[in-house]
Amino acid sequence: MKRAGFDTIWLPVALLLPQLMIIAIFFYWPAGWALQSSFFLQDPFGFGSTFVGADNYTSLLGNDQYKRIAWFTVVFSILVTFFSLAIALLLAVKADKVIRGARSYRTLLMWVYAIAPPVAGFLGILFFDQSTGPMTKFFGLFGWEFKLGVDYNATATAMIIVAVWKQIPVNFIFFLSGLQSIPRSVREAAMIDNRSSTRRFWDVTFPLLAPTAFFLLIINITYALFDTFGIIDALMKGEPGNNPMTLVYKVYLDGFRGNDLGGSSAQSVVLMALVLILTVFQFRLVERRIHYT
Amino acid sequence: MAQVSLEGIRKVYPNGFKAVQTTSFTIQDGEFVVLVGPSGCGKSTLLRMIAGLEDITEGTLKIGDRVVNDVDPADRDIAMVFQNYALYPHMTVRKNIGYGLKNRGTPASEIAAKVEDAAKMLNLTEYLDRKPAQLSGGQRQRVAMGRAVVRDPALFLFDEPLSNLDAKLRNQMRIEIKALQRRLGTTAVYVTHDQVEAMTMADRIIVLNAGRIEQIGTPSEIYHNPASTFVASFMGAPPMNLIEAEASDGQVRLNGYDGLMPAPQAVSGPVTMGVRPEDVELDENGSVSFQVDILEELGAHRLLHGTLADQPFTVMVGKDHSVHTGETRITLKHDALRLFDVETGKVL
Repeated sequence: MKRAGFDTIWLPVALLLPQLMIIAIFFYWPAGWALQSSFFLQDPFGFGSTFVGADNYTSLLGNDQYKRIAWFTVVFSILVTFFSLAIALLLAVKADKVIRGARSYRTLLMWVYAIAPPVAGFLGILFFDQSTGPMTKFFGLFGWEFKLGVDYNATATAMIIVAVWKQIPVNFIFFLSGLQSIPRSVREAAMIDNRSSTRRFWDVTFPLLAPTAFFLLIINITYALFDTFGIIDALMKGEPGNNPMTLVYKVYLDGFRGNDLGGSSAQSVVLMALVLILTVFQFRLVERRIHYT
Repeated sequence: MAQVSLEGIRKVYPNGFKAVQTTSFTIQDGEFVVLVGPSGCGKSTLLRMIAGLEDITEGTLKIGDRVVNDVDPADRDIAMVFQNYALYPHMTVRKNIGYGLKNRGTPASEIAAKVEDAAKMLNLTEYLDRKPAQLSGGQRQRVAMGRAVVRDPALFLFDEPLSNLDAKLRNQMRIEIKALQRRLGTTAVYVTHDQVEAMTMADRIIVLNAGRIEQIGTPSEIYHNPASTFVASFMGAPPMNLIEAEASDGQVRLNGYDGLMPAPQAVSGPVTMGVRPEDVELDENGSVSFQVDILEELGAHRLLHGTLADQPFTVMVGKDHSVHTGETRITLKHDALRLFDVETGKVL
């Protein structure tokens, strides 16, 4: 293969510089600050800070509330990722089979993509409203008195449903384009080789969709961990007391509501480490088993 | 192994496009039939209807004694080789070949043995554990063949299987496929737009045009006695010369030439006269004048392109004839001339 090369080192450096600057300013610099301030105890009124070593970290480990939030974050991320991927895949497989009116059908399914997370959260409030919300009435049919923002489980359920709903369109678009990039003849060959459409899906279609699914898995875990902030904020209606929240929301809460910048920084450092481990794990373990055409 | 019969098969797409007009023919057990025609003539649609990948709008399709109109493709006892091979990219060659058997509940040991046999037959043994991406075009073609052969189906379907290969490999695979089909004795339907493939491989050729059968016949029948001007010009390279002429009093006349060939008494008025380029002889005393414009050297043959009575005309001569541009005298072999109706293009 022919390789294109540069005559001098300066042009490639210049071309890379804007990207590197963005990463440096918006990631490395704040990350460095967070790391530094996680070893200090900040004065709530901004009058200096005291070096406390690893105290911020050790107090996190002993904090039951923090452990509970961490556990909720794990459950929340797994459920949101699983359901938003599974439902989107199901919709994409069905939409892929539609021939008549396919375009409008797909557009309708993608619409939710354009809604911002806080707006999605607000729509969630309307849907789960204690007296008029249709979802509240729906759960009422099963004898569940749904109290958004009051009952821990109710709020958690609403958060998961809204977060899943918001993420489905993105997954749907990727799954659908992934499905459509599978050569028609390969699927037809499978039709001649295998009678069962379910088995064909798992034997042929899904393995060919795996690169898309792996990419979406990472995107969705990241989404569930970080981008659901707006939804969580809207649904708990400013009352964090008895409500579920994720680790990211806790960082915000302690840092900007509780004015504990040191503890908040320690939490964000823990989060960064977590994401790093997760990413390495995903690429090492999952990517090896995936066939890229 | 089975006989395949199409009775009044028709295909109309939901958008109203009539891909295949009412068609009936029977393929004998063990026969190699080639469907040939230009793109859009309905040959692939016909094949896909036989495979069950396309619904049949009307008519009855039988494989063996069984009507299979509504039978699932997997249950028709057919195997298909696709133009782009349609191999499963994530499976090894071994799994690609064995996949169809596995789904039919064949025991693993039997699958392994059959896959080995098929691989040996197709010289694929050393590639069994590779993935399709690590194979060359010709090897992928063989894997696709292996996938078809291993199931020992009643019917092979080929959808332009050689068109993605280079010319040399194509010639080689042409012979291999034909030999394999002979050896196994499996009925085969082969779709191509390449008339050389059709001529060399077929027991019988079905020439299609605009969703309609133009002619069914052995390669030699199709070549020597084309049923229409379409077949005459589609089959053969270079194609048959078609000259606009007049028929009267039992003779075909071209301005300046009387009695080029005898015509049926009933025919009079304008006709199309067909003559194959090789059915023309260079003859100093020939009665017909041929104006040669371009000489084309093909090694074993030479093509002389020019005009006969101001109409385009091509002559093919052996390599040992001396040729030149300009006026040349020629003789047409009377028994090789064909007459077609000007309006319908049908042979007279």
